[in-house]
Amino acid sequence: MDTERIDQIVEKHGRAPSALIQVLLDIQRENHWLPRGVLWRVGEKLGVPFSRIQHIATFYKAFSLVPKGRHEVHVCMGTACHVRGAPRVLDKVQEVLGIGPGQTDLEMKFSLETVNCLGCCALGPVIEVNGKTHGKLSPAKTAKLMGTYE
Amino acid sequence: MGRMATPGELSKLRQEILARRDPHRPCVSICAGTGCLASGAAQVVTAFKAELEKQGLYDAVALRGTGCHGFCEKGPIVVIDPEETCHLQVTPEDVPEIVSRTLKEKQVVDRLLYVDPSTGARVARESDIPFYKHQQRLVFGPNRKLDPRSLEDYLAIGGYQALVKALFEMTPEQVILEVKAANLRGRGGAGFPTGRKWEAARNAPGAPKYVVVNCDEGDPGAYMDRSLMEGNPYGVLEGFVIGAYAIGASEGYLYVRQEYPLAVQNLGVAIERARECGLLGRDILGSGFDFDVKVHQGAGAFVCGEETALLMSLEGRAGQPRPRPPYPVVKGLWGKPTSINNVETWATVPLIIGMGASAFAAIGTEGSKGTKIFSLVGKITNTGLVEVPMGISLRDIVYKIGGGIPGGKKFKAVQTGGPSGGCIPEERLDLKVDFDELTRAGSMMGSGGMIVMDEATCMVDVARYFINFLTDESCGKCTPCREGLRQMHKILTNITLGKGKEGDLELLGELSEVAQEASLCALGKTAPNPFLSTFRYFKEEYEAHIKDRRCPAASCKALIAYHIDPERCTACMLCLKSCPDGAIDGGKKKIHIVDQEKCTKCGTCFEVCPTRFGAVRKISGAPVPPRIAEDQRAYVKKRDRAESQGT
Repeated sequence: MDTERIDQIVEKHGRAPSALIQVLLDIQRENHWLPRGVLWRVGEKLGVPFSRIQHIATFYKAFSLVPKGRHEVHVCMGTACHVRGAPRVLDKVQEVLGIGPGQTDLEMKFSLETVNCLGCCALGPVIEVNGKTHGKLSPAKTAKLMGTYE
Repeated sequence: MGRMATPGELSKLRQEILARRDPHRPCVSICAGTGCLASGAAQVVTAFKAELEKQGLYDAVALRGTGCHGFCEKGPIVVIDPEETCHLQVTPEDVPEIVSRTLKEKQVVDRLLYVDPSTGARVARESDIPFYKHQQRLVFGPNRKLDPRSLEDYLAIGGYQALVKALFEMTPEQVILEVKAANLRGRGGAGFPTGRKWEAARNAPGAPKYVVVNCDEGDPGAYMDRSLMEGNPYGVLEGFVIGAYAIGASEGYLYVRQEYPLAVQNLGVAIERARECGLLGRDILGSGFDFDVKVHQGAGAFVCGEETALLMSLEGRAGQPRPRPPYPVVKGLWGKPTSINNVETWATVPLIIGMGASAFAAIGTEGSKGTKIFSLVGKITNTGLVEVPMGISLRDIVYKIGGGIPGGKKFKAVQTGGPSGGCIPEERLDLKVDFDELTRAGSMMGSGGMIVMDEATCMVDVARYFINFLTDESCGKCTPCREGLRQMHKILTNITLGKGKEGDLELLGELSEVAQEASLCALGKTAPNPFLSTFRYFKEEYEAHIKDRRCPAASCKALIAYHIDPERCTACMLCLKSCPDGAIDGGKKKIHIVDQEKCTKCGTCFEVCPTRFGAVRKISGAPVPPRIAEDQRAYVKKRDRAESQGT
């Protein structure tokens, strides 16, 4: 992400230190992760120490300090999905992709995350891949679904 | 439509909108809330647009994508007014038929109607469907009638009348008195009286004052705040402005989770429009009252639903709670008096001002007035959002509205109040749902999540699940919460793995007590509840795990095995074909066997085995029967078997 774009985002939020979280969210959305250099630039522009930026970037779940794979897989672990068998679905995803929650595979193909509730409880168990929701999954359907991504 | 400078201009505009609208003109409302969008509602909307054009009805029929209708189980939902004809689980392929049959010939499409499972009768009218019939949808009802982004739609249903009444006929003190008289209690969790909170913020010294909408809805399985924000943002904003006027705040923040992109978008449009029209900003409707708002997106931290943590986050810092007092109404955002209320609370305010406190207080119980939206999810036939009067029995919610448990299974418990709530067992199903009764039963109202569990749900696993959630979401400030929960999670995990030991339950009890006593905020104080309430009502399940290494619900993976009953297996190959691990041995006319070495216990075979065979079984607390001998594995049809035995 280039410096100009970072500065634009910071300006959009009025350069106030209190806008730090909103600035980081915008960057995360565009860039899918927060590289160290970007965080330094944000700190400079907002006048916020780097330690505080680190604190924020690690405290909130929306932020990633490592690059993401081409396909972002979010397995819903909300209560409704849980009682409908989400743990079995997650086990299958881990087995097929060979990575655990919070990890990205070596080919940078998949990143796996668990989320607390996608709010589509009628469709549970639910997985979201690249923002598209797949519902009423079983471990077998999940294995097939993962196979459809290149 | 430009800026309106008097209430007269607003009412004139409303008259114009209503005059333009023919109440007999057919209107197609398609639920386009997050739930239905996930089931394909956007494609249905597109198909309707194309089909109306094709069949020459584009100008004769109004089409609107609305917020969530609540009946998520049957989405995408299409309701056609004025007849209220309700078609369910509509796909784009169904659309031409709906347009030609329902809109042109005023008939219904039978196969898309609701079917009453007990009688088999089809129900066409939305309000006759049992799921809706037993509800009282005062706050959530407008969702169905609105394009969330259309101010005109909101004005057409009487929107902003309450604001005019508050600004021009009432003093701020009178507004507070009215909310107090209505005895409105906060819908976000603790149930604190809203009127008292506002009064304290109004009377606290310091300026400016702030108001905040808390839409950091983090309880898994609860999505009523999202659906209100997505489906009726003007309603939330109207309540927000009324509250700001009552408190004397000139600036407000709407704290919305970034996980709710559609809510953020719709709210953004509504704020823009309200500003353009003089319903937000300087000198609202010429009343002299100034109030403007900002949206702050939450970055994913459950603890930020706690008000002091939310304030920290608004100030751009990590959301860690601080001790109270001082309460935010005295020292809140930037040290100034701040009233933080939940989305549903704000959305209820226009209703109270509109209908009057006495009419509102006539609904509900002694201590809890009005209605409450619950999200009814889990092992329930009709998953969805339901709004019911306080005091309705849990049984009515689960059976009359929710349609009971699917798959012929037995009800076990309903979990209310989010992660730090509790489980309520069958013997307490007649409990009257309100703030005080739920607390008495060892649970709480929380924000209104209701997760239904059936006999196949393991209560130890449920406790482990919630403690795991809270361990993850603990902000780390207080040791009993940060470390105590971690230990509780370890012990509970061991129990579900069959590694529980004598003394575990006592230790869990002690850790619970310390977390309750010595944590700063509500998250830590209530965190042991999932263990305490399941232990209170389901002690025998804990003991079975520890003493017999048995999971009574046959759910804990480490304590179960899958087995195919050779007497019932018909060698149909269904499980064999679906097993993702190739762990089933068998063939055509050869009785199937689960290879216990290869089996990963994913449960697929159990799910696909037709109920009329019921050959796949879960075994817990007993050894798996030995493999049957190879020479007995030939499958012979029952009838043939009987014949061969007869001769």
